Amino acid sequence: MQHVKTEGHGNVAALEVAAVSYSYGSKQALSDVSFTIAPATFTVLLGLNGAGKTTLFSLISRLYNTREGSIRIFGHDVARASGEALKRLGIVFQARTLDLDLSVYQNLAYHASLHGIGGREARARIEALLQQVDMSDRLHDKARSLSGGQMRRIEIARAMLHRPPLLLLDEATVGLDIQSRAGILATIRKLVATEGVGVLWATHLIDEVEDSDHVVVLREGRLVAAGGVVEVVRAAGMKTIREAFARLSGLDDQQMTDMQP
Amino acid sequence: MSDLPARTSDHGTVPMRSPRLGLRQYLICLKGILVREGLRFVNQRERFISSLVRPLVWLLIFAAGFRQVLGVSIIPPYKTYVLYEVYITPGLCGMILLFSGMQSSLSMVYDREMGNMRTLLVSPFPRWYLLVSKLFAGVAVAIAQVYVFLFVAWFWDIKAPPLGYLFVLPALFLAGLMLCALGMFLSSLIKQLENFSGVMNFVIFPMYFASPALYPLWRVQQSSPILYKICLFNPFTYAVELIRFALYCQIDWFSLAVVVGCTLLFLAGAIIAYDPSRGLMNRKQDTGGNA
Repeated sequence: MQHVKTEGHGNVAALEVAAVSYSYGSKQALSDVSFTIAPATFTVLLGLNGAGKTTLFSLISRLYNTREGSIRIFGHDVARASGEALKRLGIVFQARTLDLDLSVYQNLAYHASLHGIGGREARARIEALLQQVDMSDRLHDKARSLSGGQMRRIEIARAMLHRPPLLLLDEATVGLDIQSRAGILATIRKLVATEGVGVLWATHLIDEVEDSDHVVVLREGRLVAAGGVVEVVRAAGMKTIREAFARLSGLDDQQMTDMQP
Repeated sequence: MSDLPARTSDHGTVPMRSPRLGLRQYLICLKGILVREGLRFVNQRERFISSLVRPLVWLLIFAAGFRQVLGVSIIPPYKTYVLYEVYITPGLCGMILLFSGMQSSLSMVYDREMGNMRTLLVSPFPRWYLLVSKLFAGVAVAIAQVYVFLFVAWFWDIKAPPLGYLFVLPALFLAGLMLCALGMFLSSLIKQLENFSGVMNFVIFPMYFASPALYPLWRVQQSSPILYKICLFNPFTYAVELIRFALYCQIDWFSLAVVVGCTLLFLAGAIIAYDPSRGLMNRKQDTGGNA
């Protein structure tokens, strides 16, 4: 088992994944995956399609029950104290999950209610967050009328409504143009810097990684590297994170080029 | 939730303690789910109209045609001879609950790892509470459809005592909850029932026709004792009778007991059997999709 920990900052890890395995029938999706994420850090979960990123997210968010290993969010076991764990977790799913028939406000108010926030407090939080993601003018527009990038920004605002200290984003920039991708990445990085939110950002797009980030690399359900970017690049014997990811994922240059958006 | 401590960029100050989810938060959650389901229903006018067309076709066409063929003798809760349209109205209320309940619970199973169900299931409230709240919302929408149907039927001169329209509300709620829970339980367990046509053929039609919705059970007993026994084992039979009696301000205690018992049983089964990873697992094995 490869067990690499990212650098810890506080006493309690924002996320601790310990010896987690998961299978769909006979298909092994995750094998003995262990890593931790410190609070207020930006960690990129790298892996090709099928590496197990979405399965890992489903386990962290209690959508699936953890059968082997354990997952803790700020010290709260997702299986045993799921309420306490999920209070501290905000999620942006890979697939769009806004209700297209409802307005932006109705979508966000619904999510607020799912965290026990209602009335004036919900309204105040919604207005503040929409301002933060620069979408205040779309409050009463139907979700259907938004572009892909705008929907993502609303989903990020939604994930932050209950003020979670840990945010998971699963391939949040897939299908977006370069400008929207950059805007969303900037929004999330700002949340880390100004709000102290810990972020686990799943992607297969290597150009979204910065040198100051932490990375966790999955390949066919196994953790093959984890740590600071510089550390991972050095351990892989490469010069850039792009080359390191290619080596760790078993890709050649052409395949890496093909993968870029 | 409001007393979460403010966060700073200092890594040591993330909140380690957050307020409990008390009764107020549970009620806010339930209200949010009910409001959302209501808004969706109002926004989808086609769904609303099509849900009304089916029982109205039965009432206005089928029942009118069979009025002369199927006579209904004086049986409780009726005190006089009643027209066939009057007899089948409670059964058609049950039909609305059956179709609507099955449809909404089926979508909870089919969409369990997608879209709305995903956002619902990652809420910090207990999963059983979220599922029951979602079932409540489905039942509430179905009850609204029933009342619109009864309103239209009233213009067709099918009138229950005024108080009956109030009295029938808890009966509709219980019957709807039982049918929703049954739909979720069955489609969680049986892969073939993950699509609506499977549920139509194997659950809805057999349940509907093997019940007193369209003909009194004494008539069934006369023509087929075996079918009569099947009807007695059909929970929908008791849902229809509960609604029929309640519409005339009476309580059929045996039907009430069966419906309450079945509701609790199916609810427990549905909550235990509901596994969001199961649908994805089935589809992955079918398609070899990505993890």
